[in-house]
Amino acid sequence: MAHHSHEPQVVVLPPNKEKIAQLWKVAGILLVITIFEFIVAFAMHPGALKTSIFVVMTIVKAFFIVGEFMHLKHEAKVLIWSILIPTVFIIWMLVAFVYEGMKMSDINFLRPLFNY
Amino acid sequence: MSHSTATTVSSRSVWDGGVSPMGVSYGKLMMWFFLLSDAFTFSGLLITYGLIRSQHPAFTGDHHAFVFSHDYWPVPEKVFEAVPFLHGVELPLVFVGIMTFVLIMSSVTMVLAVEAGHRMDRPAVEKWMLWTILGGITFLSCQAWEWTHFIVGTEGGTTIKEFVNGAWTNRTIYGANLHENQYGPHAFADFFFFITGFHGFHVFSGVMLNFLIYYRTVTGMYDRRGSYEMVEKVGLYWHFVDLVWVFVFTFYYLV
Repeated sequence: MAHHSHEPQVVVLPPNKEKIAQLWKVAGILLVITIFEFIVAFAMHPGALKTSIFVVMTIVKAFFIVGEFMHLKHEAKVLIWSILIPTVFIIWMLVAFVYEGMKMSDINFLRPLFNY
Repeated sequence: MSHSTATTVSSRSVWDGGVSPMGVSYGKLMMWFFLLSDAFTFSGLLITYGLIRSQHPAFTGDHHAFVFSHDYWPVPEKVFEAVPFLHGVELPLVFVGIMTFVLIMSSVTMVLAVEAGHRMDRPAVEKWMLWTILGGITFLSCQAWEWTHFIVGTEGGTTIKEFVNGAWTNRTIYGANLHENQYGPHAFADFFFFITGFHGFHVFSGVMLNFLIYYRTVTGMYDRRGSYEMVEKVGLYWHFVDLVWVFVFTFYYLV
């Protein structure tokens, strides 16, 4: 096996048990939240409260995925803010567009245009 | 400006060069900004869905009495209630729940591959990358089934009334495509294809990238390079795909 002599000497470290346990804990949290969402989906009647619960649960899940899995929580402050601040535009867009949609539904003469 | 040349190294700003102010490599930083721009793209799609949905009337009757109609936006759990091998059994959102579980698990195996990469542990990276690829392929297969079911439609179809050549006639529609939709307004099917399709394409690209990383790990490229950072960069992309699905799951299937 002559070509093995070209392979670099790689030092393999033992598994970081603490970190791996933390990752599985985050996975457990994500699964519990998803199961909770399922229960809410069938236990509650549609309404503003149900929608708010889903939105909050989604943001909590996003926090764990971005913060722990994507490691953003442990990066430099300036990187965290560079990623988070621009998402303000998304929130504005959401509010503006959904409000616009509700107003459009009030204008009945537009209905034939939307084919329903 | 001859006086300013006397400044010492310690008073220089971190932005003057020579260091990474954000504490990450160029490649990782650019992956972050790419993902930010991709988040805007997906937000555009999902928010437009919100706009179109909120301009349609919602179904207001009794939940159990729900029927498909073009007059109001459908209740998603009434549309997505089928599971493979369980024909005719009403299991709302169960299959999409399984898909969510698969994608979250593949995100976990990806982050374990990244952890193994930090330790230069090649066999562990190979093992976790294979699990991640398997998760991605499983998700795509599930999506293929769901699309097929959505396109083929329910057994009875939906009968609609339409005005053709000066007379009202009845016509039965089966399934959905970009022209007609048995489940509700046209836009509901259009957004289903666009949003889950665009996400599915991201998953597909992710599987391709994951396979590339796996191949390069197996051939010892990262051992020779002395760093497994590529696993981290592609890992960021893969977690983002999972993140988007979390939002699609909420805003398309639950709400």
